Formats: sequence, structure tokens, C-alpha cells
Amino acid sequence: MKRVDLVKLELKGITKSFGALVANDHIDLVVESGEIHSLLGENGAGKSTLMNVLYGLYQPTAGEILIDDKPVKFSGPSDAMAAGIGMVHQHFMLVPVFTVAENVALGGESTTFGGVLDLEATRKKIRDISARYGFAVDPDALVEDLPVGVQQRVEIIKALVRNARILILDEPTAVLTPQETDELMDIMGQLKASGTSIVFISHKLREVKAVSDRITVIRRGKVVGTADPGASTTELAAMMVGRSVSLTLNKADAQPGEETFKVTNLIVSNDAGQRLVNDVTFSVAQGEILAVAGVQGNGQTELTEAVLGLHKHVQGSITLDGKQLLGLGVRQVLRAGVGFVPEDRQVDGLVESFSIAENLILDLYDKKEFSRGGTLNRAAIAKNAEAKVAEFDVRTQSAQDHVGTLSGGNQQKVVLARELARPLKLFIASQPTRGVDVGSIEFLHKRIVAERDVGTPVIIVSTELDEVLELADRIAVLYAGKLMGIVPGKSSRELLGLMMAGLTADDAAAQLAAAGAPVVRDPSTEEGEPA
Amino acid sequence: MSAATLQESLTTDRLAVRSWRPPIILGVLALFAIVVFGILGPGGNATFRLSQDGDAWQVPNLVVPAQGFGWFAALICAALAVQAYLQTKNVGRPAKWVTMTFTVVFVIGLLVWIIGGTKTQNITVVGLFTGAMLITTPLVFGSLSGVLCERSGVVNIAIEGQLLAGAFTAALVSSMTGNAFAGLFAAALAGVLVSFLLAVFSIKYVVNQIIVGVVLNVLVSGLTGFLFEKIMKTKVNGATIFNQPAHLPDLPIPLLSEIPVLGPTFFRQSILGYLMIVLVIAIWFGLFRTRWGLRVRAVGEHPKAADTVGINVNRTRFLNVLAGGAVAGIGGAYFTLVAVSSFSKDMTGGLGFIALAALIFGRWNPIGAALAALLFGVAGNLQSILSLAGTPIDGQFLAMLPYALTILAVSGFVGKSRAPAADGEPYVKG
Repeated sequence: MKRVDLVKLELKGITKSFGALVANDHIDLVVESGEIHSLLGENGAGKSTLMNVLYGLYQPTAGEILIDDKPVKFSGPSDAMAAGIGMVHQHFMLVPVFTVAENVALGGESTTFGGVLDLEATRKKIRDISARYGFAVDPDALVEDLPVGVQQRVEIIKALVRNARILILDEPTAVLTPQETDELMDIMGQLKASGTSIVFISHKLREVKAVSDRITVIRRGKVVGTADPGASTTELAAMMVGRSVSLTLNKADAQPGEETFKVTNLIVSNDAGQRLVNDVTFSVAQGEILAVAGVQGNGQTELTEAVLGLHKHVQGSITLDGKQLLGLGVRQVLRAGVGFVPEDRQVDGLVESFSIAENLILDLYDKKEFSRGGTLNRAAIAKNAEAKVAEFDVRTQSAQDHVGTLSGGNQQKVVLARELARPLKLFIASQPTRGVDVGSIEFLHKRIVAERDVGTPVIIVSTELDEVLELADRIAVLYAGKLMGIVPGKSSRELLGLMMAGLTADDAAAQLAAAGAPVVRDPSTEEGEPA
Repeated sequence: MSAATLQESLTTDRLAVRSWRPPIILGVLALFAIVVFGILGPGGNATFRLSQDGDAWQVPNLVVPAQGFGWFAALICAALAVQAYLQTKNVGRPAKWVTMTFTVVFVIGLLVWIIGGTKTQNITVVGLFTGAMLITTPLVFGSLSGVLCERSGVVNIAIEGQLLAGAFTAALVSSMTGNAFAGLFAAALAGVLVSFLLAVFSIKYVVNQIIVGVVLNVLVSGLTGFLFEKIMKTKVNGATIFNQPAHLPDLPIPLLSEIPVLGPTFFRQSILGYLMIVLVIAIWFGLFRTRWGLRVRAVGEHPKAADTVGINVNRTRFLNVLAGGAVAGIGGAYFTLVAVSSFSKDMTGGLGFIALAALIFGRWNPIGAALAALLFGVAGNLQSILSLAGTPIDGQFLAMLPYALTILAVSGFVGKSRAPAADGEPYVKG
């Protein structure tokens, strides 16, 4: 199976700027044939831009790409593909209403006379590759009906059908359960054994260490160094962030008080009547953090929307301090003492074209201290903003700057500052650190724990297992809208992974016990890492 | 996590979605049929004349007792409604054949009731269909133009303007050259020109596609109106020579044109009529069976995915919009080269917008759109026939029904009608 056509890829001084912003600054990178080379960096460090340059989607401002020591120029993805480069994008590039075969054929169709499609040829190729790598992929299935893990394999097949000898995987594990991630790593190993080089892009240190032959770390568009997988997570994190970071949040054990927030038999349906949250019951006590874990799209969004009063079709009961929240409008829910950090801060959390000061009072603009007789009190709003910017360490020139100009981490601090300003009886944070730099993550996590420690019930919704393990006192796992169980915060990754794949807590624990795997994490062997 | 278990749970979830809407609607309609077609049904016979005088092959008239047939249709509808209820209860949704049969029986029952209620109690079926083709033909060309544009992701509101530009140009060029085919060619060019503007503004300059389309309609209407006044009404030696287009002759196909009803409707047409049928089939085959079609559909559904496999999204869209313009321009030529003898101001009368409705009703599928256009044509012509014959319900009300149906179709009531996902979304790289 070993191929002879091994290739060496070299990037020399690649620079890519968008206007004044330099996304890639003289990046040098060498990928030897048949190696798995990881590109490690924070969100926004320029990894994806670099790979889009390599794939021909962007033209570099300066620098050159060499394949087997010969310079090449890509004016589009077809040139890159012709040179043997394949890419699995972070957001899959599959047409949902097409079949697997149609998606694989697209752009490189086999045809008979007069451009008539010959899908049978494509089906055969798919079956061959599926057999070789052990993928169970039906060429005639509609892509929109497939689970994400299988969709990802379709993307890999797409690249392999085009004889990709260098495969770029852009954040491939973001949408996978831990077990699916392990399977992907096996596949990567097989690909490598058959001579394919892989560029693996990630910000997850554990995965990078597990799978790489070599690691290149990128920070703010520049290569800051290379490391071998033996390097410790603390070293890698320090390279990635540019300073030493404390990877573990030293939080005290929870002191749970009264269970004041209760969700009972909650059902949330969509317009077609499908249950997106299916009969979920749980409660949260004062002074504890309940994390809601699960692969993205398993009902988490709908659960939080239901609590906030944003969803139309909700049945069951949601009570806070004995008061029924179901049926109340969003404003009433917020005034009842709920603080909420939405999962997409740029769409739901902030008005980007408003200033920081204005965003900080979006919920309180009609209160006496900020307005009188329908006119805003600019001075009070500015003063409030100065105080919050200082307290939450928002890095900005002025509180009157547009929120849209801030980095992700600083935007999130603004959201948190606003939501924590009210006296809270419940705090919900959805994806609190998605797309946030490591420095800000530390800060945000500490604030969330501080809120717990003053006795507020806290719910964290996160698809990042690392974050869940970091923060949670108890962990609820959602799968296909159903609650798979609530387990202690010290539960093992394996247990949570099985639950995220649809096993109940008891079944998952039994399966692990049979395999002799741990159900509870052993903190002494775990290295912490930033999410 | 195995794919199989997730697949399984998805299937069960989908089964769990049980909508009672279809059986309820069918039930109400069946009740309506029992009361109106049956209990209140008109006496006497309804006569459907299937042949015209002079046809080589005379088919006897179809005569049905109006009230008796009304009862018959109503009871079948009721039985089907019960069947739909049982199927919803047992498998979650009624089978397709149940709703289809129901629709057909109901419509026939409705027709018998209407004809039975007129004074003469008879209708010439051939006339109904041949007259319908006058509306259907431009509708089909218009909706095919829409299929070509929207499948690639560009909303074409300018069909109306393209039809009108085609009609005007065909009349002018045909009058000037005395050659109908020259007129036809010029009409296609005029349609392409309108499309070119749509493509440049909506694809290159990313202007809102709806707004560009609306503006183009107004522009073409104004421009053809102006030129109509300035050129076509100009008299040379006492005659308006620039509005006397040479016509495309009818080309009956031997034997096939003698088939009752179908023959006069489909096989006694001008070359445009046959071109229409060929285009419907060709565009359907092209879209769903060829490399070109796969790429076009990919561009309309997920342009970024198409881009990442090396397909030039905006060039594909540009070419499709131009092709759509040519098709609509040819459809416009039908007005002045076949249907009537000369151009008149705004003579397309909103058919371009109805073509859009046919496109949606036909679910962005050329064959579906053509069938929808046929339905709209028949309904439109039925209304004009009935307004002469004197009916129990107002002809204008009947004329409205297909469009009411379209609104229901668009709102997902009569089965899902899903536009290409990137329809109307400009594609900007990066």
C-alpha cells in the first residue's frame, strides 16, 4: 500500500494581509512526506488563513509555496488539488441535498458522452476507499441525513478520490465526541502509513500531542517555534499564548445550598413538531456549577432559549425560587434575576455597531439611573462603562469605541460585565469561551467561579469537554435532546464521551467497568490545558 | 458512537412527527364535496365535447349526470379522507397516492359541478386546452428562465421584463425584416440583454437581486412603451409598418395532431410550442443528469463548497442568467409572433410574475414548473370560457384559485417546496 509518489511541502515567507491587518507574517513551514504536522495556535492566530492560502482560496501577499522543491502558484483550489493538496474544512464543504456520490463527484465528475454524469464510477471509487479505510459510507445516502462524523469521512473521501497526497484537516475534532476523535486519529494513522502527509490544525494540546510527528506553533500570524510531541502541555501552551499560563483553575469545592432552579419534564419542539429537547428534568443548587455537555446541536441551544422565553413551542415547567418562568417574556425572565451569556455573542450578545458603553446598558437603558423621560443619561452611561471596563479588564482605547472593534475575548468580557451587573438568582453562560484567547479564558472562568462562590446557581453550556471538566461541579449530558444523565464533575472523559454518543450514565459506566476503564478522573495523571 | 444508532434514532424521531393537518384538510374538503357536489348538485347532464367539427377522428361527447357524478366524487373523496386519517394514525402520514387521487377526483367533481351549473351545461374540452396554451406557453418559457437563474442562486424577478423585451423586439425586427425567425433571434438577444444587466448588477456589483429585478421590469416597461409610441405608431404612407410582424406558422405533426384533445393542444403548434417541450425536457435532463447540472445546482445550494472544488461560482451564475434571459426572450416572442398580430404596451400583463409562481409551485423543477404553468393556463382559460357561459360561482373567483394554491405551496402547506439554499445570496469570496 505504500505509495512511491511522496511529496515534500514547503512554505517560504508566506505573508497574507487583509488591508492593514496582517493575518500571516512571513511564515515558514516544512511538511516532510508522510508526516503528521500539527499547526497549533489560538483562535485567530492565522492558522486557517495560512491553510486557505495553501489551498488556493487566498492569494498570498508575499512568499512562495514549494512542492518537492519546485515553486508552485495556485490561482484557485483546482490548482491546489491538481498539485495533490486536499483539504477538510472546519465547516464542511458538502451540499446537504446532494448524495454522497454527487458530493464526491462534484468538480471532478466522471462523465460519459456529452457531459452526462457517470455516478457509478464515483460510487465504485467511494466503495473502494471505504473498504480500504474501513469507512461505512453509503454512496447514495443524502449528506444532510448523515451524522457529522460520517460527513467528515465524506470530506476525507473527497480529498482521497482526487489523489490528495497532502491532506489539510482544519479543526477536525471540533464537532466530534471523544470516541469519534479517537477514530479520526486512527484514520490519520492509516493515511500516514499509506504515504499521505497530513497538516493537522488544532488548538487542543492533548490531540496535537497524541497524533503529531512535529508541531509548529503560530501566534498572531507568526511562527513562534516548532516542538516535538514530547513537549509538555505547559510548554506548548506558553508558546501558543506567549507567556506562561496557569492551566488549572484552582477552585474550591462547591458548597451547594438550596436547589432554587428546577426544570421539570421540559419539551421543546420545532415548527414541524420534532422534539429538540425531549422530556428533560434537572435542578441546580445555589453555589454550584452545572455544566451541560454534548456534541453541538443536541438540544443545548433550545434548552437555553426555552429558559429565556425565546422559544415558541415549550411544554413542562421551569421554576426559579418557586416562580414559574415558562410563559414569561424575555424581559420578565431577565428581571426575575436570570443572567444570560448567549452562545453567539456577535449575533445575540452584542450590537456590534454600538459602543462598549451602550452595550453595557442594553438591558438597563430604561432604568432611572440611565434615562429620564425617554432621554438617555449619557454621563451616567459613560461612568458606568468606565467602571465596568476597569473591573473586567476590557482591553480598549476608550469605552466609547464600537464593540465590533474588540477581540473576541474582550467582547465576551463586555457581555459578562453586563449580565453580572444585575442581582442574579441564576446565571447561564452558553459557550462562554468560544473563540476567546487563552488569557481571557482564564479571566472569564475565574469570574464564573466567583459568581458561583457568592451563591448563585450557575449553568454552563459548552461543547468543549475541557471547559466542562474545568468548571463543572456536576455534568449533565444531552444527546438528541434527551438527558443521558447527570454525573459528578470528576467523571472521566471516557464516561462523558460514551454519554455524548447516546448511552445513559448507567450503561456507559457499566461498559467502562467491563473494559476496565476509569469512570472517575484521576487528577494526578491529568495535565490541565486551556480550552 | 456508531453511525447506525444515530441513524436509527433519527428515523424514529422523524416517525414521531405526526401532523394531523392533511387528514383534517381532506376531511373538510370531502364534507364540502358531499354538501355542494352531492346534496346541492345541479340537475341534468354535464357535457364535455372532446372533438371539434372538422376533426378527422370524431370522439363522442362525454355526458355525465351532474348530481349523480357529484355524489360519486364526493363519496370517493370521503373514503380517501378516512384512509388518510387511518394512515396518519398508523404510519404518521398519508401515502402520496391518497392525496394525489383525492386532488384529481375533487377537481373533476368540481369541474362537473361547475359545467352542470352553467346554462348550456356543456364545454369544449379541446377549446379549453388549446386556449390555455396561449397562456401556458409564455409561462413555461418564463418559468424555465427562472429555473436556470434560481438553480444557480440568482433570483430572477425580471422575467416579466424579459418577456416584454422579447415581445417588443420580436415584433419590431420581424416587421422590419419580414422574417419571423429574425424576430425570434432578436427576441432572444433582447432577453439576454436584460439578463446581462441583472447579472452585472447582482453578481458583479452585489446589488440586491430583488431590487435590480424590479427596476429592470420598470425600465423595460418604460422603454418599450416609449419606443412603441415613437416607432411603432409612426405611420408610413398611412400604415404602421413597424408593428406588422410576420408570424411563425403552425406546423401540425401528421397523425399525432389527430389524437383527440392532445393533438390540437400539443401537436398543432408553431415551432415555439415544440421548442418549449424540447426545452423542458432538455433543461430537466441537463440539471439532473449532467455535469453541467450538478455544478449549477451545487452553486445554487452551497457556492462555497462549489468554489472549494474549483468551480467558478460567479461565472456559472453569469452564464446561467444569460441563458435564462435568452429563454425568456424567446417566450416573449410568442406573444407577437404567434399569439396575437401586433405588439401593444405592457402586453405581457404580469405573466412574468405568474411564471415565478409556476416556478415555485413546480418546486424549481423544469417539469414541475411546466405542469404548474399548464394548470395556471387551464385555470385562466376556464375562467374566460365560464364567464361567457354563466356559472354558479364567479369566474374571477375561479381564476384566483391557482394562485391561492401557490401561496399555500410556498408556505409549505401542500408538501415541501424548498428553494435552492443559496437562492438570492450573492457569493463573495473569503
